Amino acid sequence: MSEVVATNQTILVVGAGVSGITAAVEAAEVGKQVILVEKRPYMGGRVTQLYKYFPKLCFPTCGLEINQRRLSAQPGITVLTMAEVTQVSGNEGDYTATIKISPRYVNENCTACGACAEGLEAKYDDEHNYAMSKRKGAYLPYNLAKPERYVIDPAIIGSEEAEIARSACRFDAIDLDMQEEIIEFNVGAIIWATGWQPYDAAKIEPYGYDRFDNVITSVEFERMMDKFGPTGGKLLRPGDGKEAKDIAFIQCAGSRDRNHLKHCSRICCMASLKQSTYISEQYGKDDEAAKGTIYYIDIRSIDRFEDFYQKVQDDPKITFIKSKVASIEQDKDFNPVVIGVDTEGYNRYATTHDLVVLAVGMEPSVDKSMFPVEVVVNEHGFIEADESNGGIFAAGCSSDALDVNRAVQSATAAALRAIQVVNRNAAASEA
Amino acid sequence: MSDEMKMGAYLCTGCGIGDRLDVSQLEMTATRDGKAGFCKTSEFLCSRAGVEMIQQDIDNDEVNHVVIAACSRRSKNEAFRFDSVSVTRANLREGVIWIRPDDDESRETTQEMADDYVRMACAESKYCKIPSSSGEQALNKTVLVVGGGITGLTTALESAKTGYQVELVEQTGVLGGWVAQLHKRTPNRSPYAEPVDTGLDALIEAVNAHANINLHLNSTVVNTAGAPGRFAIEIATESGTSTQVEVGAIVQATGFKMYDTANIAEFSHQQNADVVTNMELEALAKAANGGPINRPSDNKPVTSVVFVQNAGQNSTREGHLPYHSGIGDMVSIKQSLYFKSANQGCDTTIIYDNLRTPGAAGEDFYRAGQKAGIIFTKGTVSAVSADLEVKFHDAILDQDEVIQPDLVVLDVGMVPNSGPNPYPDEVSEDETTTATEVSVDSILNLDYRQGTDLPHLKHGFTDSHFICFPYETRRSGIYSAGPVRRPMDIHQATEDATGAAMKAIQALENAGKGRAAHPRSGDLSYPIFRKEGCTQCKRCTVECPFGAIDEDEKTYPVFNESRCRRCGTCMGACPVRVISFDNYSVDTVGQQIKNVDIPDEFDEKPRILVLACENDAYPALDMAAQNRIDYSAFARIVPVRCLGSVNTIWLTDALNSGFDGIILMGCQKGDDYQCHFVKGSEIAHYRMSKIADTLETLSLEPERVATYEVAITDIHRAPQLINDMAETIEKIGMSPFKF
Repeated sequence: MSEVVATNQTILVVGAGVSGITAAVEAAEVGKQVILVEKRPYMGGRVTQLYKYFPKLCFPTCGLEINQRRLSAQPGITVLTMAEVTQVSGNEGDYTATIKISPRYVNENCTACGACAEGLEAKYDDEHNYAMSKRKGAYLPYNLAKPERYVIDPAIIGSEEAEIARSACRFDAIDLDMQEEIIEFNVGAIIWATGWQPYDAAKIEPYGYDRFDNVITSVEFERMMDKFGPTGGKLLRPGDGKEAKDIAFIQCAGSRDRNHLKHCSRICCMASLKQSTYISEQYGKDDEAAKGTIYYIDIRSIDRFEDFYQKVQDDPKITFIKSKVASIEQDKDFNPVVIGVDTEGYNRYATTHDLVVLAVGMEPSVDKSMFPVEVVVNEHGFIEADESNGGIFAAGCSSDALDVNRAVQSATAAALRAIQVVNRNAAASEA
Repeated sequence: MSDEMKMGAYLCTGCGIGDRLDVSQLEMTATRDGKAGFCKTSEFLCSRAGVEMIQQDIDNDEVNHVVIAACSRRSKNEAFRFDSVSVTRANLREGVIWIRPDDDESRETTQEMADDYVRMACAESKYCKIPSSSGEQALNKTVLVVGGGITGLTTALESAKTGYQVELVEQTGVLGGWVAQLHKRTPNRSPYAEPVDTGLDALIEAVNAHANINLHLNSTVVNTAGAPGRFAIEIATESGTSTQVEVGAIVQATGFKMYDTANIAEFSHQQNADVVTNMELEALAKAANGGPINRPSDNKPVTSVVFVQNAGQNSTREGHLPYHSGIGDMVSIKQSLYFKSANQGCDTTIIYDNLRTPGAAGEDFYRAGQKAGIIFTKGTVSAVSADLEVKFHDAILDQDEVIQPDLVVLDVGMVPNSGPNPYPDEVSEDETTTATEVSVDSILNLDYRQGTDLPHLKHGFTDSHFICFPYETRRSGIYSAGPVRRPMDIHQATEDATGAAMKAIQALENAGKGRAAHPRSGDLSYPIFRKEGCTQCKRCTVECPFGAIDEDEKTYPVFNESRCRRCGTCMGACPVRVISFDNYSVDTVGQQIKNVDIPDEFDEKPRILVLACENDAYPALDMAAQNRIDYSAFARIVPVRCLGSVNTIWLTDALNSGFDGIILMGCQKGDDYQCHFVKGSEIAHYRMSKIADTLETLSLEPERVATYEVAITDIHRAPQLINDMAETIEKIGMSPFKF
């Protein structure tokens, strides 16, 4: 059984992405008890799947390493992975949370030595690479995964592979009989940091994401640049494995659109500007075939990010076209053809590229009709700050479409709001 | 517990260590060479039983210096955490067996590697003390907030609500700052459809009513001394009286001023009364009080208005700001809606370049503006004439146009109210074309060795350089919040204020316990200084990236423990080696280097010392091991807190004792630096540029020492750099300094 010690002075943080980790660490570093619940088998969330951050073009794992070390130095934080909040009852200062923990089939004995995976053959979609590659049935989700512990895919349970994995472990770390657990505990305040997911590009029918191999999403493009990603760090077309050199970025793919996400996802402009720099990084400045085209409505590079926009504009390899792309077709060589009207001068275009990257919007991870807690959610699915939310506070992208910097800011603020609630409980118990 | 050092080694044979290495040899190395009192082995040291064995020995007072020879210090660190004793780690798994091929040919050199790491961990242990706080620390539960605008008020109220005291200093006689001048604000709640009340009155009332908040109006901070946990602040009023307060942490929320339109004369703001700034329009709207907004020249209701977006902003023209406030489009939509609701039939046109209405709030509000009939024109305004002709290039029609409204509203930029930048030379070169005015008056009047105020990041804003850590300034315990940090709107400023209150409270709590702040949060070690040896060379006081070290009247350094981030840059700087930490010193690393066994020159087994930043390069090497990427068995890797902590004595000692090559791996430096201690890597690179002299004196080839910027993602490259050095040594030959 997972043991959790919690009281009404404990803070529950739901989601261990960059926002949840931040909220947990900030609160714990002033001595608060925190329970950090994460649905994935590891912490770090969606930023673990990014190659670089804008505007510094630095690596997400760099900050994550620091945060994971800060976290492991705090005995006041309990981390539950593969865990989901299914129900919350009670009121501000006194909540009961119900958590469902899915079996990992690997216990804390695991040393991440990798012996369990050695004899396995069967391959499954690697979710860390958005199913662009395969992994084995026993796996470490990615290089910096914490907890540093293998996961057994439920698909191999009951098969011979499970037995191979179990018998290869010298530390009794594999427990194939592990069952789903339901646990319940008391907390004083809750930070809701469940983050975002990429909008389902297949829903944008005219862009043909589900029909054309060489139309991919921005999050998939990030994985391609990772040397440990599905293409070993190369920009290769999924269709035929050829090098993608002439790359189109389609802004607002699913955002600012009444038929899809009404809101602006804020980060996609900067993300595409960032991704356009990957082209020169990959092919060098002198390869004339390597170039990028950004189709946009407005480039929303806010305040000092404007410098970054300027730098990309100065790059002769990158062209900007003010246009909401109408549709994408495919020619006989499986090249995507981008069709629309350039609104600066009203010129029609039908331009062939090697690869199209859809800058897909951010939508909240939790469907607005499915929240297991009572909070005020707006029509876009984001949690609004409202008195009636009591001791439940949104952090990061559950409150709005935010970049990492703003998400961390939001999470730091949420930590203080949660502390205010549990401090009142502490004061009451002393009185 | 007795003070006598009792060193014990614990050797794990799991994860293949026992299969690949000669365990009895390692045990002997630990006890004979490493001088451990005993060496116990376990097939599964990180198991509950293994950890209990160690804990029992600690409890029975059999060991107080624990040497764990197992996996990397980054693995199983929760299991191997024993707070009451010194713990060092010999990395036999990621550091040895996982990066070496499992074949007969490699066996001998692989074993030598493991033996060295055991010796090194024992040597480190011998020189490590268990850190304890200095006694200098104090818990002071008061936050100083400088600035009484919406950001400062929010910081004050949120801190007070958490149970802390606040001293709130405001330069003017009233609270509320710019927000007090607004007619209404952009909506912060769904539906994001129309301007709403600012809510400022309620906030001011709450601040006034809160018993924890002490107000200082018409006041400024004239002196700030001390450090987190014990700041001594002198507050002076306009009339000349002064008050002393003691606080634990500081939040600077001094906001912004509007850019001076005298610099952008082409928009005729100072020639025609009917050209107003967006802030002046708020006053007109406020005066109208819901009735029609009148134009200043003739007091008649406005029938047509043009908003000039980014007036003098986001442009390389002389006198313009190179950045923009980012909030101007939302403000102009809000103000257009003032006209749409109060001035019947008023034409409102917003001329913009890229409409910046981000997020859910932004796009909904934009749609509300479209619905209300605001005309959005993509274009760039070149000038506004004295008779209100707005000249612009229409980007859609690709032609020059002129429009002549009743009133022109300029979206004028925000300039931060920062103090003077302590590091003016660090401003990057691409920032030269501006007329950015930065207040030359100090705000905090820090009596620090390295300047009076918070360092600037860009364009005069005191923002953090870190994406992941937006509150990390280079002055411990002092946080900036609101538009002084970065241009922002009311919503973001109040979020920022709340986050800054969180950080300030955390800083003062940790200072009270003698614990380090980010990124070495919780570290109890602090720089210990042996004054007798000091030559007053000032290198430590100059090079500290955080301005933590002052100078006394005889120019000896004064270490302010709670300002210190424990990077060790001062230790690396010190030519006479009088600065150390209990668990990290010239000896803890120097003795590891000395305890590497250097084979005879004719053995053809070179030794390469790798000093690797523990934050990025060391994890990259660990991950290389995880992926079984091999590198030379001749490398001996020592993690360092920051490359800035590397003292050149380590290099000269290593070269003198027969090391054949040295590699330093630190983080990226320069404008987009990734060094967690800001300057450490850069300083180390600079110091290493001077190492050529040392090499020349020793008649050694310059290629024997190499310094690299290594990222945490350099999982293939970091091992390659080691192999490259091994190859270089093969070419130039072994060091002649072997004995």
